[in-house]
This record gives sequence, structure tokens and C-alpha cells, in this order.
Amino acid sequence: MSLDTATIRRIASLARIRLDESEVQQAQAEINGILGWIEQLQEVDTEGVEPMAGGSPVAQARARLRPDVVNDGGQADAILANAPDRQGEYFGVPKVVE
Amino acid sequence: MHPTDFTLRGALDALTEGTISSVELTQAHLDGIAKLNPRLNAYVTVTAEKALAAARASDERRAAGQVGALEGIPLAIKDLFCTAGTRTTAGSRILDSFVPPYESTVSQKLLDDGAVFLGKANLDEFAMGSSNTTSASGPVENPWSRANDPDTRLVPGGSSGGSAAAVAARLALGATATDTGGSIRQPAAFCGIAGIKPTYGRCSRFGIVAFASSLDQAGPVARTVEDCAILLKSMAGFDPKDSTSADLPVPDFARACERGVKGLRIGVPKEYRLDGMAPEIVALWEQGLQWLRDAGAETVEISLPHAKYALPTYYIVAPAEASSNLARYDGVRFGTRVTEPGSDLRDLYERTRAAGFGPEVRRRIMIGTYVLSAGYYDAYYLKAQKVRALIRRDFENAYAAVDAIVTPATPSAAFGMNEKQDDPVAMYLNDIFTVTANLAGLPGLAVPAGLDAQGLPLGLQVIGRAFDEETVFAVGRTLERAADFTALPRLRAGA
Repeated sequence: MSLDTATIRRIASLARIRLDESEVQQAQAEINGILGWIEQLQEVDTEGVEPMAGGSPVAQARARLRPDVVNDGGQADAILANAPDRQGEYFGVPKVVE
Repeated sequence: MHPTDFTLRGALDALTEGTISSVELTQAHLDGIAKLNPRLNAYVTVTAEKALAAARASDERRAAGQVGALEGIPLAIKDLFCTAGTRTTAGSRILDSFVPPYESTVSQKLLDDGAVFLGKANLDEFAMGSSNTTSASGPVENPWSRANDPDTRLVPGGSSGGSAAAVAARLALGATATDTGGSIRQPAAFCGIAGIKPTYGRCSRFGIVAFASSLDQAGPVARTVEDCAILLKSMAGFDPKDSTSADLPVPDFARACERGVKGLRIGVPKEYRLDGMAPEIVALWEQGLQWLRDAGAETVEISLPHAKYALPTYYIVAPAEASSNLARYDGVRFGTRVTEPGSDLRDLYERTRAAGFGPEVRRRIMIGTYVLSAGYYDAYYLKAQKVRALIRRDFENAYAAVDAIVTPATPSAAFGMNEKQDDPVAMYLNDIFTVTANLAGLPGLAVPAGLDAQGLPLGLQVIGRAFDEETVFAVGRTLERAADFTALPRLRAGA
């Protein structure tokens, strides 16, 4: 299967990455190359196999719920310290709602 | 002996005996960095003043009888670990100005044990790469060079290329690193040092910039297996801030190094004998197995039938998780923001991410976005998760018959900075021997074991059972002792 340029543009849009026209062509060639290589997975028989989602079943088996309590907070200055556009106690962004 | 030539263990002994102070040790490393870092580019940020202040404080603690496990030891910290008050870039333009207000758990544990941080080590952008050529701060050079071609600059491997180059060039006694598909073991092998990716869950991921959360693990690189064991002991342990960290006791890894291998069964996966593999790699592997037999181990051929699917599986799972993890870099809460006059919010996101991410990161985010998108999720992501389960099952079956597995660490020695840059898949093949351990969540150690015909280091890899790093260290130390790897890189402090 090979992705067309419209699909590449749609993926870039979903990923919120601006691509110019020349970049669309290049991304198409590279991504199709990688997807073509990945295609070999289709030959593996995975009938009835449970998907492995986490990094370690051993660790997952021992996972526990932590108490549902507030244990942190009141750090507005630390959280805003790296903001590119701090507006008082808020992150500034371009106008979203008219 | 020049202070930068100490092993970490040797430096701890010298500090204990009082033949050197942490300030002297730290200053010697800073001098080496000042001389060699302009060429090697192993450090993105050098925190000389903070390091010397920390060394003075350490010497005072030692004088007062307070001696931590790493008291006064100068280390490099991969610039993927958040360090409170010290810029943390992840090798990306998008985090160029980011100063974390908090410390990663692993680096905090090292500080708690008395370590001194020299600075932040260079890496591939967001730890995505095998050559350390994708960093926004420029490429790292391997301190080693080919005997017959000394002018060709070689890559240190990646993504922890700055950590590995710094340790090999004696610009740190050890370093933190991370490994998602081979990012500790491949650069360690390329730079002639040791490095271990522990079992998934052994080290907390809190405060480490996330790449692929089900694969990422922190671990150390150092010049000896024992030094890695000492560092891992300090780095490991349960952390309530990481729900995937394992609540298990941390063994005395350094003691395990001297256990020996008598009676151990060592697995040799037949699927790792690749067509066209370099004869030197094949010979080194066979030599390593012979060393283990000489030390009393038995070698057993095993089969990992799905290992050949590990890399394509990884290149679905890792980009999928990365596309989700890297969604947070949107130019709003931290990092670089790029806008044009009249930009709306969506335009702000798209311009920020286009300018802030390099080509490899953009490529992986797009692949991850695609394999998770509606209509393709089952065909790609779910399929990859099922093959991942089969890869893990292969290891479980193998460990019914063996105690550890030994393979080459990499399919080749370090390559030139301009090689393998045009074809992403050719670059991905660097991790062919390492990536299975990430997918299965198992510990893997790279040990320097020999030189190729051009005098470049080659490594062997030991893969263990989950949470059995002790056997991995015992096998690794036996290989290290037999290999007696004493070759030195041309570029190094004190040379």
C-alpha cells in the first residue's frame, strides 16, 4: 500500500505539523519506504494472540492504585515559568472564540 | 595517574583514601571538557560552577563523615533527564529554552548519593536516532577513529551518543543514558565502553522526557561493568511518581559482578546469525561464547522465531507512542513558540511544531499518527502489539532452558558521520540486536569485547530474564575479564 499526497497532508494536519509542497513529496517517499518495510508484519500469524500493551507484564501485575487524594498543587509560578506568553496566572494564546 | 583515568570504582577508593578530593577530580574533568568538547560536542551544557560548588560540598560532607555511595563522583547527565534549574533540551529546538522546575527521580537519586553533575550530554533529538546526528545542538564525534583512516570522523552511536563519547573520552567517570531501542547499548559498543538497559520498571521514568513510554528505560554507561553496576544501584528503585516502576528491592549489583558463570546456561539465538553479517562480528561472538565456556558455562542454541520482526514492530509501537507523547509540544505552556501576525491557534501549533522538530522527529510523529488513525489502527498498531507479545513469548520459552542470552551488540563498528544518512531504514538496522530486549522489557548489557580490523571497538550483548540484572552483570563481567579490553580512543582527556 502506498500513501498519496492527500493522505500525507491529512496526516500532517492531524499531527499539527505544517508542511510545504516540497516537504510533502519528500515525506511521501520516506514514509512509504518505511511503511513498505513494516508491511512484512502482515505475514505473522497472530490469531488468538493477546496484544502486549505495556512495557512489562511483571511490573503490570504488581501495579496498584494510589490513594485518590490531592498531594500537590499551589505551584502556579513554577508551572508558568517556561510559558512563551504568560498573561498573569494564565498561558496566553491567540484569540480562539470571537 | 591522570585523575580522569580512574574508573568510577577506583575514584571512590582514591576519595576514601584521601589521595584525591572531589574538587580535584571534578576540575580535572572540567579541564578535559574545556579542551575536547569544542571538537567532540559531547556536552550540550557544561555546568562548571555548579559542579565545583557540588564538589566542594561533597568534600565537606566527606570530611564530616557523611559519605554517599557516589560521594564526589563527577558524572554527565543525558539532556533528556530534567534537571531543576539547568536547561534541558532533549536535543530539540522546541525545548531550546526549557529550564525544568523539577528534578528527574533518577538524577535526584544520584544527587542524594553524593554525585557531582558536570553538565548535560548531547543526544539525538528526543532520543530518536542511532548516530547522534539529529541533535539541534549538532552532531557528536566519536573519540575513536579508524587506524587506516584517522581523518574520517565517526559517529558515537545514538541516541545516548554524548553520554557514551563523554565517558569514552574521559570527560566523565560515568553518565546517565536512556534506551528505547538500543540507545544505551549501541553507543556504548561504538565507543568501547559498557552500558546497561535494565529491566523495564527498574528505574523510574519520572522527569525523563518521554519518547515511547512502554519501551523507555534509564540506565548507566561507564568504562567498566562494575562501574555500571554501582551506578545502576543508585539509579534504580520504586518511585510512586512512575506507575510503571517496579516495587522490588534493588540488589547489590556490584557484588553480583563477581559471581562467575560456572554452571550457567547461555543461550545463543540462531536467528541472530544474519546473512551477510561481518565475519569479525561472527568471530567475536564465537570468541565470547568460548570465553564463557572456559569459565564454566554451557552454551545452548536457542530459537527466537519472531526476532526478525522486532524492528518493524518497534517502528510501529515507538512512533505511535511518540506521536502521543510529543503532542504536548504545542508552543503554549513551555518551549519555543512560532507565530505569524494573524496566526490563529491551529496555525500557532503547526508553525511551532514544523520549526521546532527536526526531520527525523517529524517523520516519526507522522508515522505514529498514521498507524493510530481511524481505519489503520488494527492493521498496524494492534498487529504490532500482538507480534510484540509473540516476541516476548519467544524469550519466555527460551528462558525455560537458559539463564542468559549472548549476542553481538551491533551489526558493525562505528560508521562515518556522513554514512547511512539518506535511508531511514538502513539507519534503523543499527538496533537489530538490541531492540528485542526493549519490546520484551528485558535487561541488556553491552560490554566492549574486541577491536575490528581498523582498530574500532566492538561489543557483545548479554540479555537476561526480567529483573535478573545480577546474572547479566555476572556474565558481562566474565566477558570483560576475558576480553581484557585495554585499547584507548585517540581523543581523550589526559592524553
